[in-house]
Amino acid sequence: MYKIVAKKDLASTIKLFEIYAPRVAKKAMPGQFVILRLDEKGERIPLTITDWSKEKGTVTVVVLEAGKTTKKLASMKVGDYILNFVGPLGKPAEIKNYGTVVFVGGGVGIALIYPEVRAFKEAGNKIITIIGARTKDLLIFEEELAKLSDELYIATDDGSKGHHGFVSDLLKKLLDEGKHIDLVVAVGPVIMMKVISNLTKPYGIKTIVSLNPIMVDGTGMCGSCRVIVGGETKFTCVDGPEFDGHLVDFDNLIARNQRYLEEEKLALERMKTHG
Amino acid sequence: MAKKILEKKVPMPEQSPKERIKNFDEVALGYTVEMAVEEAKRCLQCKPKEGQKICVDGCPVGVNIPAFIKCIRDRNFDEAIRIIKEKNNLPAICGRVCPYERQCEMFCTLGKKFEPVAIGRLERFVADWELSKGVKIPEKPQPNGKKVAVVGSGPAGLTVAADLAKLGYEVTIFEALHKPGGVLVYGIPEFRLPKRIVEAEVEYIKKLGVNIVCDVVVGKTVTVDELLEEFDAVFIGTGAGLPNWMNIPGENLNGVYSANEFLTRVNLMKAYLFPEYDTPIKIGKKVATIGGGNVAMDCARTALRLGAEESYIVYRRSEKEMPARLEEIERAKEEGVIFKLLTLPIRFIGDEKGWVKQMECVKMKLGEPDSSGRRKPIPIPGSEFLMDVDTVIVAIGQSPNPLIPKTTPDLKTGRKGEILVDEKQKTSKAKVFAGGDITTGDATVIAAMGAGKRAAQAIHEFLSGKS
Repeated sequence: MYKIVAKKDLASTIKLFEIYAPRVAKKAMPGQFVILRLDEKGERIPLTITDWSKEKGTVTVVVLEAGKTTKKLASMKVGDYILNFVGPLGKPAEIKNYGTVVFVGGGVGIALIYPEVRAFKEAGNKIITIIGARTKDLLIFEEELAKLSDELYIATDDGSKGHHGFVSDLLKKLLDEGKHIDLVVAVGPVIMMKVISNLTKPYGIKTIVSLNPIMVDGTGMCGSCRVIVGGETKFTCVDGPEFDGHLVDFDNLIARNQRYLEEEKLALERMKTHG
Repeated sequence: MAKKILEKKVPMPEQSPKERIKNFDEVALGYTVEMAVEEAKRCLQCKPKEGQKICVDGCPVGVNIPAFIKCIRDRNFDEAIRIIKEKNNLPAICGRVCPYERQCEMFCTLGKKFEPVAIGRLERFVADWELSKGVKIPEKPQPNGKKVAVVGSGPAGLTVAADLAKLGYEVTIFEALHKPGGVLVYGIPEFRLPKRIVEAEVEYIKKLGVNIVCDVVVGKTVTVDELLEEFDAVFIGTGAGLPNWMNIPGENLNGVYSANEFLTRVNLMKAYLFPEYDTPIKIGKKVATIGGGNVAMDCARTALRLGAEESYIVYRRSEKEMPARLEEIERAKEEGVIFKLLTLPIRFIGDEKGWVKQMECVKMKLGEPDSSGRRKPIPIPGSEFLMDVDTVIVAIGQSPNPLIPKTTPDLKTGRKGEILVDEKQKTSKAKVFAGGDITTGDATVIAAMGAGKRAAQAIHEFLSGKS
């Protein structure tokens, strides 16, 4: 059992949890994730590690309420326990001094780029951060990222803050201006990562994306999370989650992520009626 | 006058095929006391001559079979289970999933003329009898002050742990999943091996003093080298959890599962109880399972229980070459699984939304025997045909899990990524032993337990300075 030691509402549908899991905290690295299961009848879901403290033995995750399990987790309180919490899983991000690195975070992906931004900053990179959300209330980690970034740009779909439009518009502008960029890291909805990868490809700028397919065990034994990268089948949980965005078959990933849409809807509706 | 010997095994009651495909309950219902005593009377109590092999020689963990059967005949079930547990820590499981026909029962003297004694059914009977009345825990030995880490809680790991605990070691099992049991909980379906039986056997191992820690992925959460700082020896029993693929076009279409994913969702996550349980599973009307082993039979039979209208086994050789147990093939047929033999899928075809809708196959013929002794399947040119399917389960075997070899640089592995061990299950790395599917590729539950027994003995010799 893993105790929730702190909780913070980052936005109406986005919550941060600090969970006591010393074994995971001791090993966590930027880019890795955990799998958790709330209770005996629960499913296993992956969540990216947003922060950790070896001293306190805690691991921080940020969760966007999207379906039954994430809504149930979001309703949990400090002092509650999560039944299973396993990690750190996946390969850590490759952190070194590239020069100028652009981080693009979309939606809950903004929280997920945070540990990498910090690590890349410490490695001596110049950091340009672009974050975007549907509306300004969903912009999270803005202050933290502003502190770490040499430049920070904001986009909202409804224009309530920063650029009225998408994060990809802002990256395009930088590219059009001829900004020197050595690496782009994009984390967010699949469609956003696809657009960003397509944008940087003609410029030959190395682009890393963090993929979010459906997972079960997270240890490489089932292949539910398989993706096509450079024409080869890879398991995101052990070979990723980060891959070269120019080699990922995003359309296959989009299709595969729709596999259980009906069941997910049913589970959510049932939760509303059964509590 | 000589006593008349029953030529056939006392039959075991089963759920009828029509009933059982509507539920996940166990198919075989087990012997009653009278049936067990009756069957036990068939045993000839052989006293083997020098060099003659009997049942015991076929048992990978060396259970004293004639002795426990004699106890059943005398209705002394307490003593029967004591004799079994001298050697076998998981009898309720072995009595259900062992391929007896290729092990103990193969050497049964009675089997030379008639049907062999139903050793597996009798083992199961005694184990279930004990579970139903409450398991007796042997007295704990004096702790010897030495600590052993076991990686993986499948049949190999559970056996090593139990044997070492009985010798006074402080044993901790590390398991990556949220429940112990390995393939016993995620792989073998409820209708062959009820999970309450696995839980009860694991409970027995815990009562022997073994500590089981779940949610620890050795290689990620902690490495083997880090375990060696804390423990006097490490046993690796992480199994063959890496699914093999066909590597043909369309394999990543929606509706195509690995057997591991399909079975893990159903068995470990209880997706057959969705939405009471949260993990979903999607099954179509026409389901094709590719492969001819026990795992393939489990998948095809599970598909029926999830509501598939047609469940096919698609296998590239003929029925004779199928590695599945005869009993499982028979049960699959009784339940209505359709066998498409000498057939090899060459590509999966999807609809506009990325779901599998058809499978292109080619007909095969059998050529000369290959290195495994089975006749090699050869495609017949021009025999390609299309098969309508909406779910495909790829059950063509598993490879050793690569996580530990990858994160333990001085551990020698073979061509298929298996950890290399000597006859005492010792690896190339000091203080590290391994056994089960991680060393052999995929094999049987009882073979893994046999390896676990040898490893426990070797670890004991090593740590008590006898070798």
